[in-house]
Amino acid sequence: MIYSDKVMDHFQNPRNVGVIPDADGVGQVGNPVCGDMMTFYIKVKDGRLADVKFQTFGCGAAIAVSSMVSEMAIGKTLDEAMEITNKLVAEELGGLPKNKMHCSNLGADALHAAIENYRERQKGGGKAAAAPADEHEHEGCACPYCDAPLEESEAGYCQACRVELEECPSCGGITKKGTACLHCGAPVKK
Amino acid sequence: MRQAYFDHIAATPLHSQALEAMLPYLKEAYGNPQSLHSAGQRAQAAVETARDEVAGLVGAEAEEVYFTASGSEANNLAIKGLAQAYQAKGRHVVVSAVEHLSVLNPVKGLERLGFTSTAVAVDRTGRVDPAELEKALRQDTVLVSVMTANGEVGTLQPVAEIAKICRARGILFHTDAVAAAGSIPLDVKALGVDALSLAGDQFYGPKGSGALFLKRGTKVLPLIEGGIQENGRRAGTENVAGIVGLGKAAAIARAEMEARASRLRPLRDRLIAELPRRVDHVVLTGHPAERLPHHASFCVEFIEGEGMLLFLDMQGVSVSSGSACTSKSLKASHVLLAMGLDHALAQGSIVFSLIDGNRDEDVDYLLEVFPPVIDRLRKMSPLYTQFLKERSS
Repeated sequence: MIYSDKVMDHFQNPRNVGVIPDADGVGQVGNPVCGDMMTFYIKVKDGRLADVKFQTFGCGAAIAVSSMVSEMAIGKTLDEAMEITNKLVAEELGGLPKNKMHCSNLGADALHAAIENYRERQKGGGKAAAAPADEHEHEGCACPYCDAPLEESEAGYCQACRVELEECPSCGGITKKGTACLHCGAPVKK
Repeated sequence: MRQAYFDHIAATPLHSQALEAMLPYLKEAYGNPQSLHSAGQRAQAAVETARDEVAGLVGAEAEEVYFTASGSEANNLAIKGLAQAYQAKGRHVVVSAVEHLSVLNPVKGLERLGFTSTAVAVDRTGRVDPAELEKALRQDTVLVSVMTANGEVGTLQPVAEIAKICRARGILFHTDAVAAAGSIPLDVKALGVDALSLAGDQFYGPKGSGALFLKRGTKVLPLIEGGIQENGRRAGTENVAGIVGLGKAAAIARAEMEARASRLRPLRDRLIAELPRRVDHVVLTGHPAERLPHHASFCVEFIEGEGMLLFLDMQGVSVSSGSACTSKSLKASHVLLAMGLDHALAQGSIVFSLIDGNRDEDVDYLLEVFPPVIDRLRKMSPLYTQFLKERSS
């Protein structure tokens, strides 16, 4: 199996799956183009995360990551929860396959988006809408197709999987030349 | 736990007779086919018998068959080897948009050498329109490659028609028949192809065995240079046991093909009919009729393929998916995207490909365990929640 026992456990028995209809904050990141999309709902009481629920469209790793993030977050203060990083989550899960780090980076981002959404509402923004879906941060150091590290000098081309790469004019993500952007779906001209 | 294997496209089990045939060449018959002594000659005779058997599977002459270590190698040899051997004629290559990566990536390799290429679009079922392909042909087109059948969606291509168009213009035509050979009748003469790739692990032969048919008199630039093995077109000591297993599997496939297909076709048709009845928002991918006899493929809306694959595996059911997360490259299937499916739908790809030995009970079992898996994943899916909300409003 490509996944650790802990990842498989969280995938098979994900904690805190669901929707909080009267959530205090909602965060959504990713989109189906990348392969993963996560929505986090939070309830805040006395400055702490009283409840966290999530829904995830994505692979086993993405589901396990969401589950782990929710488990790590519950009971934490908002500031503590903002300290949860994707790296910490991966460590907590006993590691993730290298090519899954990329697609599973959304977990903590989605939680942070929900907290930010809560804080904005507190400021009187009152917005119940989810955070924009295009917050997927691209990692400039790896090929988005095979995850091989990209050298500065060969930014336009991945030696490992031989894909010609280009920066998407719409979202700035690294994607294949001459096709629709891997991240946002915008056409990337030849 | 009950086991049901529906992943023919990944690998078929090795036929017991193929294994039996191979064993001596892994044990006492270890001679090198290029040796003049009797140990070598025994190995060489076995290789030549296998060559006859593989040729027989596709209606070729024995001397037109070149053994390789995989279907991918056969495709690489055809694409790079033919285009470069004939580049004096022109440096333009035409393929379909749904070819296997072992065709598409060698084409990219050729582009780095100065070749140009055209990928011909396919329709919603994954079929190439021969008239569209003809429009892509140019004065400098040296090679056309269109697969016989697509492993991911099962669709059969109009290979004979395309071959005819190419022949009329004097353009070389290769077909990647890796997914098809051994499962459907193929005759290189009737099809009119110049080159055809096949692989043993797709018809109950061993992994690491493949072959390229090259029409007599066709030049090819070898990928592996060295000794005189395979008539100088593929150097390196022969994988005798693998070749013997491939030959035996080819001989069995030739004899059993129709019986196997008539056993698997009804199971395939049951899956195609029943699955969308048991689970809503499931679409068949590929052509409804013009498809491999053992192949049923779908996209399930609102969920992603890897989750399905892993949950089914926990129930003892082995399947494939073309979703981005399943592929190591994290890239949605180029085949499904070329067919016009959107990214979200393509992520829900699931492929059931039957093997000889699958029975009605296996299909019953799959139909029983599949709906709860989908239900479970949809309950986790924000896209499904969104869909339900939109539907109710």
